Amino acid sequence: MLNDALLLAAKDLRVERRSRVLTGQVLPFGLIVLILFGFGISPDRRVVEAPDRTVLEQVAPGLFWLAVLLSALLALGRSFAIEAVDGNLDALKLTGLDPAGVFLGKALAIWLELLAIELLLGVGSLALYGATITHPLLLLVTVLAATTSIAAAGTLYAALASGLRVRDTLVPLLVLPVLAPVLLGATLATEAALFGPAGDGWPWAGLISTFAVLYLGAGMVSFGVLLEET
Amino acid sequence: MHWEFVIPGYLLVFGGLAIYTGALLRRARILAVRVPPERRRFVG
Amino acid sequence: MTATEESATSLEQTVAGATSSRFSQVFGTLTATMLAVFLLFALVFSPPDVSQRDAVRLFYIHVPSAIVALYLAFGITFVASIMYLRKGTDFWDLLAGSSAEIGVLFCAFMLGTGMLWGKPTWGVYWQWDPRLTSTAISFVLFAGYLAIRRLDLDPTVRSRRAAVLGIIGFLNVIVVRQSVQWWRGLHQGQTLDLVDSQLSGMHYFSFFLGLVSMTMVFGWLLLHRFRVAWLETQADAATLQTALAERQAEAADYTARPPDTGGPTTTETEGI
Repeated sequence: MLNDALLLAAKDLRVERRSRVLTGQVLPFGLIVLILFGFGISPDRRVVEAPDRTVLEQVAPGLFWLAVLLSALLALGRSFAIEAVDGNLDALKLTGLDPAGVFLGKALAIWLELLAIELLLGVGSLALYGATITHPLLLLVTVLAATTSIAAAGTLYAALASGLRVRDTLVPLLVLPVLAPVLLGATLATEAALFGPAGDGWPWAGLISTFAVLYLGAGMVSFGVLLEET
Repeated sequence: MHWEFVIPGYLLVFGGLAIYTGALLRRARILAVRVPPERRRFVG
Repeated sequence: MTATEESATSLEQTVAGATSSRFSQVFGTLTATMLAVFLLFALVFSPPDVSQRDAVRLFYIHVPSAIVALYLAFGITFVASIMYLRKGTDFWDLLAGSSAEIGVLFCAFMLGTGMLWGKPTWGVYWQWDPRLTSTAISFVLFAGYLAIRRLDLDPTVRSRRAAVLGIIGFLNVIVVRQSVQWWRGLHQGQTLDLVDSQLSGMHYFSFFLGLVSMTMVFGWLLLHRFRVAWLETQADAATLQTALAERQAEAADYTARPPDTGGPTTTETEGI
């Protein structure tokens, strides 16, 4: 199963390396979202309770995760678009790979792509919104857990909508409400990692870690049902 | 006091129920003529 | 108030629909009577609350709508989806879909009455109350479920995907609820709780009537919604069968000709 997963993830990443959709389209999209958020929230306004902080810096964690989520939608759409063409999905079934392995492989590729996106958007957020990290360990755990959650839940729901003509509009509708708790938890944990105290953030990091484990499990169990259908 | 909020609330719920029920039963009547009796298991 | 009583009686009149049975007629009459009694208590007999004034009357439908939608309706969808994946019969699939549709309707009632309650009590329509917020998310979640069900797909594929979605959807309702509650708990926001005002026995009784009558309305609607869904699949199957029979009759005329003109194949019916 793990071998199957690695095989499939390597395949997806190879496709990505050759087509450069991530670097050429998704990353610039994330950046423009970050900049547009700055327009929506005027950069000079200061927080009433903490005058040394701008509003933009205060809400930077939420904006960062929103930008990640929106970029993730594009990456997810892309991940299943490459399976939809040329009867690839049938070919995938014919390979006899373990469905749980297929799920893990797709999720792993998305996970690595998301980490790349987050690295760039994180640096972008720090630069554009002027935030500083005070608790790097909490931030690291949060990022890893949230990324796993987004990759696992996203892969599962993108698979539910794969092969449909309305896929592009359906995936966001399905994924966003499901990831609402992750956005909530990741934002609050990141807030604690930036402004402290770290103790406020750990329960939320725990919540999204639980979510990640649940969704990894749900995906591995249900992918068989989704793959064998057509 | 506050009847101006209570009345719209009740209108919303009961109006919504009436519209939904109406649409449901209309659909049922249209379908009923298309389905022969031997296929009406579970239906009345 | 007259309009609400009117709609209650119109419910009773339309009971004689094509999907009605003796049981559903009796049950429908009971439900309509129960609704009328509930309306009397909710709008006439129940006294206004000390702090909420007459806005307390919105509670009698708000809280029951929430309970029926989130736990009863989506709970049935959850169980029926699991049963569908185990048994693979149309019955469970249609039950899951029917229940979810009515659940979404009741979610909308919950949100509408909650916001109308919020305005006189909090001064704003939306207070980021944990229950309202999490119900709004659940509402969108199951709107997505219904969107999948409406797609023009191979029926088995659609049912399987919907079943997976229905199972995770219900679990998500719980996760969303817990996390939003936790989030708002930190801010000590007001909640739509019955506990924080002094309610008398009459208030509780009206609320109880609301819960019973909304549950009955749900049951009655579910019965009919399921029957309509069942008739829909049967109507499709019947139409297909008639068409196949006609083609087969046509093909009988061709029997004098060489076999390569191709008649209807029996494998066509296999896949249905």
